[in-house]
Amino acid sequence: MATQEARHARGPDRRQQPRSWDDGGHRGNGQAGDERLSRALGWFSIGLGLAELTAPNAVARLIGIPEDDSNRRMLRAFGMRELANGVGILAQPRESGWMWARVGGDLMDLAFLGNNLRSDEAQPNRIAAAAAAVAGVTALDVLCGQRMGQDGGEAQGTGANRLWSRHIDVRQTVAINRKPEEIYSFWRDFRNLPQFMSHLERVDVQDDRRSHWVAKAPAGRTVEWDAEVTEDQPNQRLCWRSLERADVDNSGEVRFERAPGDRGTILRVEMRYTPPGGIFGAIGAKLFGEEPQMQVRDDLRRLKQVLETGEVTVAEGSMAITHPAQAWAPHTQPAHTQPADSGR
Amino acid sequence: MKANCWYGKKDMRVENVPDPKILNAHDCIVRITSTAICGSDLHLYNGFNPAMQPGDIVGHEFMGEVVEVGKSVQKLKVGDRVTVPFPISCGSCLSCQRNLFSVCENSNPNAAMAEELWGHSPAGLFGYSHLLGGYPGGQAEYARVPYADVGPLKIPSELDDEQVLFLTDILPTGYMAAEQCDIQRGDTVAVWGCGPVGQFAILSAFLLGAERVIGIDRFEYRLRMARETCKAETLNYAENDVHHALMEMTGGRGPDAVIDASGMESHGLGLAGAYDRAKQAMMLETDRAVALRQAIMAVRNGGVVSVPGVYAGFIDKFPMGSVMNRSLTIKTGQTHVQRYHHHLLERIQKGEIDPTFIITHRLRLDEAPHAYQVFNDKQDECMKVVLKP
Ligand SMILES: NC(=O)c1ccc[n+]([C@@H]2O[C@H](COP(=O)([O-])OP(=O)(O)OC[C@H]3O[C@@H](n4cnc5c(N)ncnc54)[C@H](O)[C@@H]3O)[C@@H](O)[C@H]2O)c1
Ligand SMILES: [Zn+2]
Ligand SMILES: [Zn+2]
Repeated sequence: MATQEARHARGPDRRQQPRSWDDGGHRGNGQAGDERLSRALGWFSIGLGLAELTAPNAVARLIGIPEDDSNRRMLRAFGMRELANGVGILAQPRESGWMWARVGGDLMDLAFLGNNLRSDEAQPNRIAAAAAAVAGVTALDVLCGQRMGQDGGEAQGTGANRLWSRHIDVRQTVAINRKPEEIYSFWRDFRNLPQFMSHLERVDVQDDRRSHWVAKAPAGRTVEWDAEVTEDQPNQRLCWRSLERADVDNSGEVRFERAPGDRGTILRVEMRYTPPGGIFGAIGAKLFGEEPQMQVRDDLRRLKQVLETGEVTVAEGSMAITHPAQAWAPHTQPAHTQPADSGR
Repeated sequence: MKANCWYGKKDMRVENVPDPKILNAHDCIVRITSTAICGSDLHLYNGFNPAMQPGDIVGHEFMGEVVEVGKSVQKLKVGDRVTVPFPISCGSCLSCQRNLFSVCENSNPNAAMAEELWGHSPAGLFGYSHLLGGYPGGQAEYARVPYADVGPLKIPSELDDEQVLFLTDILPTGYMAAEQCDIQRGDTVAVWGCGPVGQFAILSAFLLGAERVIGIDRFEYRLRMARETCKAETLNYAENDVHHALMEMTGGRGPDAVIDASGMESHGLGLAGAYDRAKQAMMLETDRAVALRQAIMAVRNGGVVSVPGVYAGFIDKFPMGSVMNRSLTIKTGQTHVQRYHHHLLERIQKGEIDPTFIITHRLRLDEAPHAYQVFNDKQDECMKVVLKP
């Protein structure tokens, strides 16, 4: 199962579910409540985010953590994340990507009970009370995550540093119930990558070391680059990097480790992207849609599915992005429902 | 096709929706001939799952006839009659290979969401929210069944629907609940909740060698079935102090194993009940755990706490001290249906188990919203509803 190094906000592109289930005028009376909940969470995010950005000391005191520099930095970074979330939710109240960014983390618990808000007895001040209760936990959680990262001695940087870095670094790992040899040869044929890497449109292999990659970019555009294999230890390690004049500089390394007890392979992937536009490009990519950690994590989950089961798992109502390699043409998505008068 | 869709708390609607299609090569499509409402569906009905979206098709206890197969399906063919296990399992991940089908590593396309809540994702389930995959459910005329060679169980034609329908969920669930108790000859087992799962747990506990089984509930008609059909002793928790009564019945030692077959909506009387309801309303706790706490406190030292009842999030006042200091074992999980259904089908064929006794209501799929209400409110002595599309 895929794990990720650190968690932060997800962009609006992620986890969009096919909206067709409740398209158009067939919204239930849950709709108004949904939106109320969205807004409440949106404002809560903004409130918390602002507080953390502007008054990290007060927030730190409130949740009982030392008001030192590193905590202040962390709280500010956390505030940015909250702000991004909050703005996202309010800007697009029906776009569940942002909602899930909010909810997907520590607020899942709140959301569970949030269903009560759909009912008429919903009381906004209760939302606030519970939200406040969760806020401390959320912040603590981030702090713990950061601490653990530091204890591991890995130079991944703090949330703040990550946000301001010129590069986007991604490290993910997944356990696959297949032998390293099998996974290596699947990966080594780069033409297979678009089967599970959702942002890749295609990879053309030119020779044993060189290949040409075409990836999707925001706003329906594509970016392309040539890449070359820089290291190739069969069944163990494979590295590649983009060549000069790439639209997006990037490099990658994948290691294939035999899992203990003959339980398949532990796959470790590291990738680095340097988006055009330097620091601002990197921030932009994070705030507006691309969430590389999540993306690669989902990619590896799909790789596991393809290698273990022979197909990418899909469900009609799934919020996961479906993949072009899938035989799931848009017209096969369930359209909106009609009143039940005619039979099949 | 017609399907029963969730629209919000206590708002189910039967609507016309597009027919399911084969999406992957290992899928099949089943024309549903019988489908049931589960106690787990009531948790959705009562709005305890935030990952439901208006229009989601519910239902996970269904059977029918295979009408279409994907090109990689090998064991099933058009015309086969099958029951469909409620967990969706790939059959090739480490969990599936270890017979832990309900925690398949591949079948939840929304695994990331579940990982946030639970650390790891279990299997996708039919009709059980986007957290568990967003798969349309089986209270419908047709359903798409992924990994068709792994889940569906072929049913011989001499058995009728009602005899085998519960192989999809509650019969294996009751059985696994009892199996988890590691029953030794002479054991006493107490079961909280005498709904369908509780009834089958009682039955299975006897099958697996228990000497005494005690069923606990507050609805007299449910206790009566536990007593008369399943041969349990019974305890009405509205009239008795359950802990005290159990100690009295077991000479102060406590039952050797306890089964919580009521789950996160367990109902509490007095202070404990008020405490959980208040916390739930304040959104400081997701699940009420009255029965679970009681079961833990009652089981004998070194005993087993088996939890088929469904929990979703967090509970408060969990008596971990009792669990630790008294060497208790907790076993739980969504049922690994595929692990049990062959064996239970054989027992049904041999006439050792006849699960039809729990059916109290037979209705048309159209009547699903009404059926939910009757089942939820325990009207009309409702125990189990079977719907016919
Ligand atoms: N593990 C699984 O795979 C699985 C499968 C099916 C059902 N379930 C779960 O099993 C549970 C029971 O299912 P069901 O179909 O029998 O539902 P049900 O709602 O018909 O039965 C629950 C029973 O519990 C009783 N109850 C409530 N509070 C109690 C208390 N404090 N003490 C004793 N009894 C109490 C209720 O009166 C009711 O009779 C549900 O939580 C359901 O979600 C789990
Ligand atoms: Zn069920
Ligand atoms: Zn599996």
